[in-house]
Amino acid sequence: MNMTRSQVARRQRIQDSVFQYSTQFFAVTVLIALLGIIISLFKDAWPALHQFGFGFFASTEWDIIGGEFGGFVPIYGTVVTSFIALLIAVPLSFGIAVFLTEICPNRLRRPFGTAVELLAAVPSIIYGMFGLFFFVPPFAEYVEPALAGTLGQIPVIGILFSGAFNGIGILCASLILAMMILPFITSIMRDVFDIVPPILKESAYGIGCTTWEVICRIVLPYTSTGVIGGIMLGLGRALGETMAVTFVIGNAHKISPSLFAAGSSIASTLANEFGEAEAGAHLSSLFALGLSLFIITLIILSLAKFMLIRMEKAKGVKT
Amino acid sequence: MGLLKLLFLSCGIVITGLGFANIASSAEITGAGASFPFPVYSKWAEAFKATGGPSLNYQSIGSSGGIKQIKAKTVDFGATDAPLSFDDLEASGLVQFPAILGGVVPVLNLEGFKPGQIKMTGEVLADIYLGNILVWSDKKIAALNPGLNLPTTPITVVHRADGSGTSAIFTNYLSKISPEWKSKVGEGAAVKWPATSSVGGKGNEGVAANVTRLKGSIGYVEWAYAKSNKMTYMQMKNAAGKYIIPDDPNFSAAARTTDWSKTPGMGVYLTNAAGADAWPIAGASFILIYKNPENKANVAQVLKFFEFSFSDTGDKMALDLDYAPIPDNVVTYIQKNVWSQINTK
Repeated sequence: MNMTRSQVARRQRIQDSVFQYSTQFFAVTVLIALLGIIISLFKDAWPALHQFGFGFFASTEWDIIGGEFGGFVPIYGTVVTSFIALLIAVPLSFGIAVFLTEICPNRLRRPFGTAVELLAAVPSIIYGMFGLFFFVPPFAEYVEPALAGTLGQIPVIGILFSGAFNGIGILCASLILAMMILPFITSIMRDVFDIVPPILKESAYGIGCTTWEVICRIVLPYTSTGVIGGIMLGLGRALGETMAVTFVIGNAHKISPSLFAAGSSIASTLANEFGEAEAGAHLSSLFALGLSLFIITLIILSLAKFMLIRMEKAKGVKT
Repeated sequence: MGLLKLLFLSCGIVITGLGFANIASSAEITGAGASFPFPVYSKWAEAFKATGGPSLNYQSIGSSGGIKQIKAKTVDFGATDAPLSFDDLEASGLVQFPAILGGVVPVLNLEGFKPGQIKMTGEVLADIYLGNILVWSDKKIAALNPGLNLPTTPITVVHRADGSGTSAIFTNYLSKISPEWKSKVGEGAAVKWPATSSVGGKGNEGVAANVTRLKGSIGYVEWAYAKSNKMTYMQMKNAAGKYIIPDDPNFSAAARTTDWSKTPGMGVYLTNAAGADAWPIAGASFILIYKNPENKANVAQVLKFFEFSFSDTGDKMALDLDYAPIPDNVVTYIQKNVWSQINTK
């Protein structure tokens, strides 16, 4: 096995270029897959978009027999449930992450942290079944009447908390979603809070800052990118969540001002109707819904990116 | 040397694999479609195999999937809850016959009421599902149930969220009974449910789960689900004007008293059937087979399979699973008029 130096060098060069091209190839497959999805979604959604035009996104009609389709109801359901889920999950996750990184005694960090991660590992259908069988009955019996009796009495927003106490509905789906995205946001927040250099925090504590001040002035500014990334990941999961939402959202193709009422999301509509949809306007409209979900995700990701760039600029040059 | 060995080995594996595939296909008949009859088809298949017949590979992918698969000729038979029209059958060279019966049963969730205690008519049921009747104490419901103390609980309507044969049968019945339903909603595997307070469930189990959890709700499920979940079902007034409780003999009565010869292709909805004991919302699940099948040997076995399922042994198995077997007069009609068209030689 005597190889000259040039042979070794040649061999290494080949290895390097093979390695380089193969990793490049792997990266490109992602792009190809993404492009393929967009093209096929658009191709299959085209008949519906062509027939109903841009009105598809604004129409609340979903008449399978009459062949009239509009995507506003599921789009509304998707956006509203995800928004409420974030409204609940973000402050909670923030609290948990702060507790785990700043306040929790060391020996409790691991069990708490593992518990949060385990919550993330629960399959979504389990959340759906848990929601329908254990969460909905007490929610309908105690929580909804209590909400109607308190928040429901406030003028203007009171209408959000009115109507029959069925348990199943937009609010219930939002709460289950909040529970599902909580571990994602929490673990990312915890991980990024952990990477704040101790010297920064210790200096702040040294000049007499309270824990709250350290969190707001040191930790959050240092980790803003990561925190927003975590929230976006949670939002992404909430937007596309299918099974759990299908179980508890009520699957009614209607928009009601009340959050107690049943509704539907894009993912739940697809899960319910895709299997039995006849080729034609119905199937094509379902593809158009899938495309809408894709577009919503794209818009939200772009907004997040835009926000990050603005924040970076406001902070000036970061090292 | 090593390479050669590997080559031989892989060739060997491929050849054995092909051999197995051959054996499997000759001893297996394939079907796809409706999920409602899947449990009874499985049970029949098991017993049929025990008698020395081939095994059945049935894919429970839903009725419209079954129609797609048989039209693509990937299976020996297709199964659907919603029958094909005669024109459609003729155009594709298919024949159709019912294989098993079931009943769609309205169920409710109201405290203090026993199964079968509340009486219902098609007109009032349509009014409830249209959203014209909003509370249980409504005078139209009370008029059918003198002496019962109906509460003022608001009604929540539960329907199927997915496309299904159950919904097709249910909406077909409401369309036959109520002109308002027919013009406003119509019939189909999935319709636009008009009632304001309505909730959808995925599958029979989804509707059953919602009805058992929502107080004051009304829903419709296949009889087997109503029975196994011990749900509070209603009595229904049938076309003969008699109040009937849902049960297997009453579903069979709907099929027995229907004149199948009037509908070419046997694509009959058994709703609002004339018989005195007929349950008004009964339905059949259908089988689709080519008149001139490509795989004649397999289709001959398929017919043997259904011959077995129509026997007394098959009937008993169906009843054990809360399905209603096809009555003998209809079986005779099928064998004489439908199977005779299939060329298996």
